[in-house]
Amino acid sequence: MSLRDVSARPQQYLQSLSRWHPLEIAFWLATLLPFVLFPSYLSLASQIAITALFALSLDLILGYAGVVSLGHAAFFGIGAYAAGLFSKFVWGEPFSGLLVGAVLAGIFGYASSFIISRFRHLTLIMLTLGLGLLAFEVANSAHWLTGGSDGLQGVSILPLFGMFKFDLYGYTAYGYALAALFLVFLGARRLINSTFGLALRGIRENWTRMPAIGADSRAHIRKVYTIAAAIAGLSGALLAQTTESVSLESISFQRSADVLVMLVLGGAGRLYGGLVGAAIFMIARDQFSGIAPQFWYFWIGILLVTVVLVLPNGILGGLSKLWARWRGE
Amino acid sequence: MNAPALSTFGLSKSFGSLAVAREIELSLPSGARYALIGPNGAGKTTLINLMTGMLAPNAGRIMLGEENITALEPQARVRRGLARTFQINTLFPGLNALEAVTLVVAERRGIAGAFWQNIAVHKETIEEAYEILAKLRLGDDCYQPTRELPYGRQRLLEIALALATKPKVLLLDEPAAGVPQEESGEIFEVVASLSDDLTLLFIEHDMHVVFRFATHIIVLVGGAIFAQGSPAEIAADPGVREVYLGKRHHG
Repeated sequence: MSLRDVSARPQQYLQSLSRWHPLEIAFWLATLLPFVLFPSYLSLASQIAITALFALSLDLILGYAGVVSLGHAAFFGIGAYAAGLFSKFVWGEPFSGLLVGAVLAGIFGYASSFIISRFRHLTLIMLTLGLGLLAFEVANSAHWLTGGSDGLQGVSILPLFGMFKFDLYGYTAYGYALAALFLVFLGARRLINSTFGLALRGIRENWTRMPAIGADSRAHIRKVYTIAAAIAGLSGALLAQTTESVSLESISFQRSADVLVMLVLGGAGRLYGGLVGAAIFMIARDQFSGIAPQFWYFWIGILLVTVVLVLPNGILGGLSKLWARWRGE
Repeated sequence: MNAPALSTFGLSKSFGSLAVAREIELSLPSGARYALIGPNGAGKTTLINLMTGMLAPNAGRIMLGEENITALEPQARVRRGLARTFQINTLFPGLNALEAVTLVVAERRGIAGAFWQNIAVHKETIEEAYEILAKLRLGDDCYQPTRELPYGRQRLLEIALALATKPKVLLLDEPAAGVPQEESGEIFEVVASLSDDLTLLFIEHDMHVVFRFATHIIVLVGGAIFAQGSPAEIAADPGVREVYLGKRHHG
């Protein structure tokens, strides 16, 4: 049955858009492969999962609502420092640390969303950049609290469920990060397939029309920005916990720029774009930096230019176009 | 006697020294079908922008029923029942018609923020959206992305989006703009078939259409109301003939 059939009931049609595709199931099964195939790369795998979660949070605001941010690492860093400090001074239990990181980043996200939601385009890019730089300098200068450029030392995380220690090989870390990624992904998937997700796409597709249909775009943006900030904070907290340290890099401009690059590489505005982009970026960095550590951005530069020129909707956008063409013939 | 559905008092707007709206006094009775005509640059679209809140007036008052809406944001006016369409398609190119109209209905019902529920649980919302599309003969095309729809269908979708807000007053900015004459009839038939409770103001250049569908005509020249009255009165007005009807039709 074709979905374009006139007879297809509108409700069933909309429901069918959120049905799980076999490729999605294959994707998530494949994320389990590192446990058996690459046990020596589990630390990298857990970093990829964490970065993928971070990229997913950016996708919610950029890919869906069209809010470009060059300072998204602020929330990642807030989550990382919050979780690190929480474990150091309060309690080393991992889940409560995650919650603290996510909630604190969400609060900062909500506060800044009142400014963010009023602007578009270049102003917005500059605002997010400025706020990101502010966050970086605050973390840098609060040496007594964050350790400044030396990084936050003394983070110590209790075993997961009181049973699984965060081992050197990264079994626990990857399992933990992957579970977090999957659960948040489920939530993000639900959000995208809700009326709210539709409203976000409406904002992206036509900002001018939204008020004319009675929609309060700013309220929508405040909401999604807060959610994205909380998810970014959660991913930062994951990094702090799995590496048992927080470096200034976690709140740097470089991280904001990197995550944007990953999302564009993978394909913004599709849930798997950030995930695929993060995997490609992190694996490329791992491989290239083995060859020439100083120059690996050269290759990322080439990759980025090529993808943007050849595949404007990212790697996944290109693949889905190929797929559609193949099926059409 | 009921208050008019929409009225303006002394509505004025200027850009620098250029006055685009001068002391406009309008009053649309409930259920009326008003046409707003005037030469290019007369300020017709500006007037719609002022009434819907997309432009802020320098002076004057706008009343929707008995409520002063002059200071309200555009979306708040829409929620109170004042909707508009655009002369240049202002649609959601990447959404299909069903998604776009469902979005509007969801906004009206206050469920557009429900991020924890799959859209398909809102069965009534979706079905209401589909009914609106079917009424505007867009039912068959509603699964196609808006950007792939033929232009004439996109013009109908413009109206569908506005109707989905369940307006009391609907302002149509050249609903058939850019549509070949033989197809514009279909669009105005849709307009004519709208509920009698709906108060309508439309901008249109084609005088045949204006005289056929309007119960009342307002002539705008240079940002001010030049004349208004029944189609017969306007047709007989020598001043209107001179400034507007006498000249060649707008191309």
